[in-house]
Amino acid sequence: MSAALAISGLSKSFAGVRAIRDLSFTVPKGVTTALIGPNGAGKTTVFNLVSGVYGVDAGRIEVNGQDVTHMPSRKRISTGVARSFQNIRLMPHLSVLENLLVGQHVRASSLGALLTPYRLFPNHRWKREARAALEESGLGRWADEMVSALPYGVRKRIDLVRATLAGASLLMLDEPAAGLNPSETNALRDHLKALMAKGVTLLVVEHDMHFVDSICENVVVLNFGEKIAEGPLSRVRQEKLVREAYIGTDEEA
Amino acid sequence: MSGYLTGVLVVLAFNVIAAYAVYLPLAAGQLNLGIAGFMAIGAYASAFLTNEYMWPMWAAIPLGAALAGLVGLLIGVPVLRTHGIYLAMATFALGQVISAIFLNLEVVGGAAGYPVTDYAGPYVVYAAAAGVVVLMLLVSRTRFALCLTAVKSDATVADLLGVSVRGMKVAAFALGAAVAGFGGGLYAHHYSFVEAQHFNVLLSVFTVLYVLFGGTQTVWGPLVGAAFFTLVPELLRASDQWRYALFAVFIILFMAVRPQGLVTSSLFRLFRRKAEAA
Repeated sequence: MSAALAISGLSKSFAGVRAIRDLSFTVPKGVTTALIGPNGAGKTTVFNLVSGVYGVDAGRIEVNGQDVTHMPSRKRISTGVARSFQNIRLMPHLSVLENLLVGQHVRASSLGALLTPYRLFPNHRWKREARAALEESGLGRWADEMVSALPYGVRKRIDLVRATLAGASLLMLDEPAAGLNPSETNALRDHLKALMAKGVTLLVVEHDMHFVDSICENVVVLNFGEKIAEGPLSRVRQEKLVREAYIGTDEEA
Repeated sequence: MSGYLTGVLVVLAFNVIAAYAVYLPLAAGQLNLGIAGFMAIGAYASAFLTNEYMWPMWAAIPLGAALAGLVGLLIGVPVLRTHGIYLAMATFALGQVISAIFLNLEVVGGAAGYPVTDYAGPYVVYAAAAGVVVLMLLVSRTRFALCLTAVKSDATVADLLGVSVRGMKVAAFALGAAVAGFGGGLYAHHYSFVEAQHFNVLLSVFTVLYVLFGGTQTVWGPLVGAAFFTLVPELLRASDQWRYALFAVFIILFMAVRPQGLVTSSLFRLFRRKAEAA
């Protein structure tokens, strides 16, 4: 079985600073993996390289067995990879439902689909599908709200629903729990577990180690763009390099 | 209908068509400051076909529109590599270049202008403008319109969700150019005369103002903006020479109170809520 994500020999520099150095790791299908490390370790850069926001200097990226290293960023969604951003990037002037409809684009991008005046039909299948996905996540009542008017925790989860509607099988989440209160964090965890149960593989950048511990089976630790450890969190946190670089700075973590 | 009223409504019809030509690329965040140039292409091309080849205007005007759209497509590919103020400058220059070409093109009369043999009456103009409005309403109900909004609000995310950002921008720009060309062709056949000087910078700038004033968030904005800019100066006629000063004061006041334009999506939501509550 091919891995959800396989990265080998990945390197990326910005103006002479080597942000990622010869990085290799694999996210097997169905194994929720955390990418952790101190600030500036290169975690978000990995996401930007996998999603194609940046081009790579060297190395190879495979998503679900498909080489995406040099694939244009907009085509990568069709291999099944989607991502969230640290600051939620929903379209603020669109309603929740419209944001979800944008998420469906990859499955409705033919000329005919683009030019169907679907909004004239109150019960068009695209809208039904988006509403059903919202209902399933317990977010149905927000469907017609403007995104800018919603609580932070709800917006985070709508971002997840959008990625689901895009058909994501590998979902990269950049600090999903940051800025959430405990009840929002629990709702998010339940939402992620539901996605995992459906077979979505998660790759999570997260600072909250309790959160990581509660959903991730495997952890990859980065420092200065290099992998310094890999394995279950309980084992990784015992390693000297890791303690020095990251976890050791906060015994409570 | 009095001749005066007919005249005002015809101008309104042309302004509405022009406003939608600017609105389409603006819906994707692209400012086209050279819309008059595309009107000129539609006007001259359709007039040439009716004059020289005896084409009926119902065929000549759409072909002029298609030609303007094609030029928009060809020029849009390189020009839309620029962004923001640079795109505005590039399109501004483009509009100037196009009308300068027609000004020097002797085959269509050059600076002396170009009389047009066929005539489109006021009702044809009204019907055509209504047709453009209906078409735009339909377009605004599609995924294409949704993609334009997505590109405008967050191009990176739209791209990662599989939307072809460049494709959408170029398509909106070319469609806008075609609408402008349609308006230009109609203009030539209604006034039975085309002169390059008409398609000047002021025409482009005013049209952009209609759209910004009406609002770019909904499909109704250009209609409201064009109506305001066309009708209010007429209503202020009683105040004689002060009307333009008064009109300018109105614009400044409205833009201060509603910087997103008169018609916004939140306004629609407000009305919908009230309707539901009632």
